[in-house]
Amino acid sequence: MSILSRAALIHDASSRMTKYDFIRRVNWGKTAVVAVPALWLAVFFFIPFLVVFKISLSEAAIAVPPYSALLEWDLEEAYLTLKLNIGNYLYLLEDAFYLDAYLSSIRIAAVSTFYTLILAFPIAYMIARAEGGKRALLLALVILPFWTSFLLRVYAWMGFLKKNGIVNEFLMATGIIDQPLVMLQTDFAVYIGIVYTYLPFMVLPLYSALEKMDMTLLEAAEDLGCRPIQSFFLITLPLAVPGIIAGCLLVFIPAVGEFVIPALLGGSDTLMIGRVLWDEFFLNRDWPMASAVAIVMLIVLVLPIMLIRNGQGKEETV
Amino acid sequence: MKRRSIFLNVSAGFGFLFLYAPIIALIIYSFNKSKLVTVWGGWSLKWYAELMQNEQIINAALLSLKIAFISASLAVVLGTMAGFVLSRFGPFRGKMILSGWITAPLVMPEVITGLSLLLLFVAMEGMFGWPSGRGTGTIIIAHTTFCMAYVAVIVQARLSSMDETLEEAAMDLGAKPSSLFFLVTLPLIAPAIISGWLLSFTLSLDDLVIASFVSGPGNSTLPMVIFSKVRLGVTPEVNALATLMIAVVAIGVIAAMFQMRRQARLLAKPE
Repeated sequence: MSILSRAALIHDASSRMTKYDFIRRVNWGKTAVVAVPALWLAVFFFIPFLVVFKISLSEAAIAVPPYSALLEWDLEEAYLTLKLNIGNYLYLLEDAFYLDAYLSSIRIAAVSTFYTLILAFPIAYMIARAEGGKRALLLALVILPFWTSFLLRVYAWMGFLKKNGIVNEFLMATGIIDQPLVMLQTDFAVYIGIVYTYLPFMVLPLYSALEKMDMTLLEAAEDLGCRPIQSFFLITLPLAVPGIIAGCLLVFIPAVGEFVIPALLGGSDTLMIGRVLWDEFFLNRDWPMASAVAIVMLIVLVLPIMLIRNGQGKEETV
Repeated sequence: MKRRSIFLNVSAGFGFLFLYAPIIALIIYSFNKSKLVTVWGGWSLKWYAELMQNEQIINAALLSLKIAFISASLAVVLGTMAGFVLSRFGPFRGKMILSGWITAPLVMPEVITGLSLLLLFVAMEGMFGWPSGRGTGTIIIAHTTFCMAYVAVIVQARLSSMDETLEEAAMDLGAKPSSLFFLVTLPLIAPAIISGWLLSFTLSLDDLVIASFVSGPGNSTLPMVIFSKVRLGVTPEVNALATLMIAVVAIGVIAAMFQMRRQARLLAKPE
């Protein structure tokens, strides 16, 4: 009997076996495979947000851990009291500092995303137009820094931008400036830090959009008398839009909540919400306030982005 | 047309210069003899020698490597399960929730992830007495959680781009679900799992924010030590450390690329 006909027999036998039996037999294993990662995420990802929400409604206290309890049993009176403190949220609204921090994070992230796009586009375009071997090399050159430590890449800019750092030395030696520029500890340094660390996230989606582009379109446009600059805006740019959107989201989202870059490169007046949360927690030890900042950040910044992403995912499957 | 390509090359060249100039400067200055980081005092390996004697940095590096190894391995197991479930199990109850949970850590700001996990650990300690105190264990749990999301996404992408006919054939030939997975699916998605592990390892090794929230006293990871040193300014020792780390990564990535190219060539031969 040949292998093939034996396979056909086994196939017949297994399809004669009622499907229900088969499913039932594997169900336990299947359930376990779903349950293990789901439980892990429930305990260590989802429930923590409920805890944060709970603590954002408590009051800061000098205790271990430093917040008040929400539920209190009064045994003598047999009273269970639930104390919810919305003071933290009211304070967030009242004090312009927090609103400024949210707005300034969005502004800094948006400006840096724009600069990243400007810098990444020619790189992505050049890679997409390069020949096989050269293309792989250029792609690797873009990705390589991404594998090195993020913290150290930010640190490298400290040495580069500081008062007697290389950029200033170079500009003074060439006579462009005669006084060192103050670059470190400014918003400018934060822009550079974000552009630098997130550049690959912009280049890769742009590249995959530009790579798919049909070059004959540009030739046709040229034949029809379209100037290069026109064909760029009329053909290349519209075709790159999906890549532009994907890249901008990939840069903007993490940039808004960024802590390390403003902490190392920004000045004391560089307000970013990630840094505010950090200071609230580590310096002021006000856990309930830090929790309230986190909850608002989640609702204002993260939820809309997740909804957009979900919407996009659905459109793609349709 | 000619002028445009010059413009393109110049601006792309500027981009690459922007990417590499700070790293190259950092590497050069790590060999600087002078203690003043801005003054060039000639070539020297002095800072590397000093680095090797800095116990704080070496201990932190060992701790970070240990945490990264364990969390990457756990993340690969959990993330592969999640990615497999999402792309091969068809519709099931709670699938939407699971896929939401698995992608959420990717867009979550680190400060929120760190804070929420810390508050969870504190609350759990109050309720069940576990985890008693925070340290290596809690950092591993935190890193596993955000790394498994990356692994799941990579595995899921690989599985959905993969032909299902091989798995169907194995099923037709009577393979049990477990042997189907270990003998057919797993070898096919091995490249995705390996890159997931490597990515998790680097992410864990690199994480400052989440580890700062969930670690306890005396459990400083390498990024935490670097950050506390660097916050005050540029130091030649950190330059040396950075150069070593960059060298290791560069060698690893280049070796991996050559390996992948060789495999691609071997696979392409039969045709």
